[in-house]
Amino acid sequence: MISRRVLVASLFCLGVVAAIVWSRGGSGKVHYLPYYLPCPEIFSIKLQYAEEKLIKLFPQLFYQQPRVLAPKRQDVLTVTPWLAPIVWEGTFDPEILDSVYRPLNLTIGVTAFAVGKYTRFVRRFLQSAEQHFLRGFQVNYYIFTDSPQSIPQAQLQPGRRLAVVPIQKYSSWQEISMRRMEAINRHVAQVSHREVHYLFCLDIDMVFHNPWGPETLGDMVAAIHPGYFDVPREQFPYERRSASAAFIPEGEGDFYYGGAVFGGLVKNVYEFTKSCHMTILADKANGIVAAWQEESHLNRHFVSHKPSKLLSPEYIWDDTKPKPPVIHLIRFSTVEKNYKEVQN
Amino acid sequence: RQDVLVLTPWLAPIVWEGTFSRDILNAQYLQKNLVTGVVTFAVEKYWFFIEGFMRSANKYFLAGHQVNFYLFTDNPEKISHLQMAPENQLFVIPVQNDPRWQDRSRMDILSSYIHSQFQHEVDYLYCVDIDVQLLAHIGVEIIDALVATISSWQVTPQHKDRAYETQPGSQAATPEGQGDFHYTASFYGGSVDEVYKLTRACSQGEMEDRENGLEAWWHHESHLNRYLLHHRPTRLLSPEYYWDTEL
Repeated sequence: MISRRVLVASLFCLGVVAAIVWSRGGSGKVHYLPYYLPCPEIFSIKLQYAEEKLIKLFPQLFYQQPRVLAPKRQDVLTVTPWLAPIVWEGTFDPEILDSVYRPLNLTIGVTAFAVGKYTRFVRRFLQSAEQHFLRGFQVNYYIFTDSPQSIPQAQLQPGRRLAVVPIQKYSSWQEISMRRMEAINRHVAQVSHREVHYLFCLDIDMVFHNPWGPETLGDMVAAIHPGYFDVPREQFPYERRSASAAFIPEGEGDFYYGGAVFGGLVKNVYEFTKSCHMTILADKANGIVAAWQEESHLNRHFVSHKPSKLLSPEYIWDDTKPKPPVIHLIRFSTVEKNYKEVQN
Repeated sequence: RQDVLVLTPWLAPIVWEGTFSRDILNAQYLQKNLVTGVVTFAVEKYWFFIEGFMRSANKYFLAGHQVNFYLFTDNPEKISHLQMAPENQLFVIPVQNDPRWQDRSRMDILSSYIHSQFQHEVDYLYCVDIDVQLLAHIGVEIIDALVATISSWQVTPQHKDRAYETQPGSQAATPEGQGDFHYTASFYGGSVDEVYKLTRACSQGEMEDRENGLEAWWHHESHLNRYLLHHRPTRLLSPEYYWDTEL
């Protein structure tokens, strides 16, 4: 829309020039002198709109331009060979990710199992999650327990809620651990697929110490176990008995993933838990229990169906370990406990 | 690779040689049974590049996987017999040089063809300039939802300060202080849904600019960059994937 002012001005200019040329021409001897009228510089002015242009509402973000030739973290691997990002502090900008994910109005679910004596961990888990886990997002906590009455009432931020899911208690802690896949799978099918977009499955006996944000969201997310990130694959505690459905032969495997953290789009978590439960049942039928229970099955699955995003050990730390220099920030870590006492 | 940035601040991988294993990626791609398309324009004198492009693309572009090549040209008769790899197919789409077509920008033509035809034939679609020759394999590492290529001048020192489209009235305007990377319009793509959204948005932007008597400085590349500023790519290709030899 060319402003009316400019249009009128240019027409006037044209008219004046034409009039002058015509008047000059009528005076006999023809002189063709170049005549420069002080016309407004039409072609170099900024075009002004007659009415206000609708401003598209994109949030303006001002930040340093990323430098193509200057990697942020040179001390660690930040992309897997199948081009899945590995999330470390420094590799991402939380503001950009927030600006991408907040407008999507997502709800993220968290499953955690508090069976038997593990209910004592719920309070600290929830308190720390309220402080650090996906702040500003809608979150549904699903606490699976055999004693719903012992789950404390929690003060939650707006947009976040707690749902207690009653489950059966099994005889041994290994059994309890492995039945988690089945329980999550059933719950997704019955309830959570309708309530959340992304689902994280976390261990309850852990605490958040630092922000856990939308950088963790992805199609299928796994976390690198803190004990094995610096170790060759031959030393991974994979299930090495070929009789097990979780068997991973020597020479295979990328990383050793921890069973305490995994997640992704709810439909992918459904498929994942289903296939893990199937392999666990297959082992049961053969009377075998994998070396690290469902963690072995999780690792077996991730060898053939690689995760689309990996979380560094910052997201699944073990407090009994000293913090190495590559870990700049511990976000989620185990709570000190007496294993013998708590596992009955 | 420790000498270059391999991950954007929004955690999209930047594909450089040495960052990926094509074997693993091929296995993943085959699992999903996908078809990829390539769109290119060869109008007026550019028909000359068709043979070179098709020969190198057949050899190097997603070799071993099914690729549909869609060639828009106003000289369909000038296309000599082209040898296509057995998995690939060539679709020649005639473009007229008449005024009606002149008014339609490439983005506009693309978006309507995606809507009417391509979305039913391919899962992923890539738009490549015809005046390129592939010199090495370009494989399934490019396959992702929304993929753009970093302009090669971003890695050459003298061009680091090149400005974005700064005419404030233009739909392609990028204000000072914003912008991550500059992307080239010579090689971009992604899932057919995302490419449709991109071409629609760019052609609408171009149309609005035209109505206001403006033309963005670098034509559809400016509009592409503006779109990608607000709809960040899920994967970036390093300048290895499109090198402007004019530099």
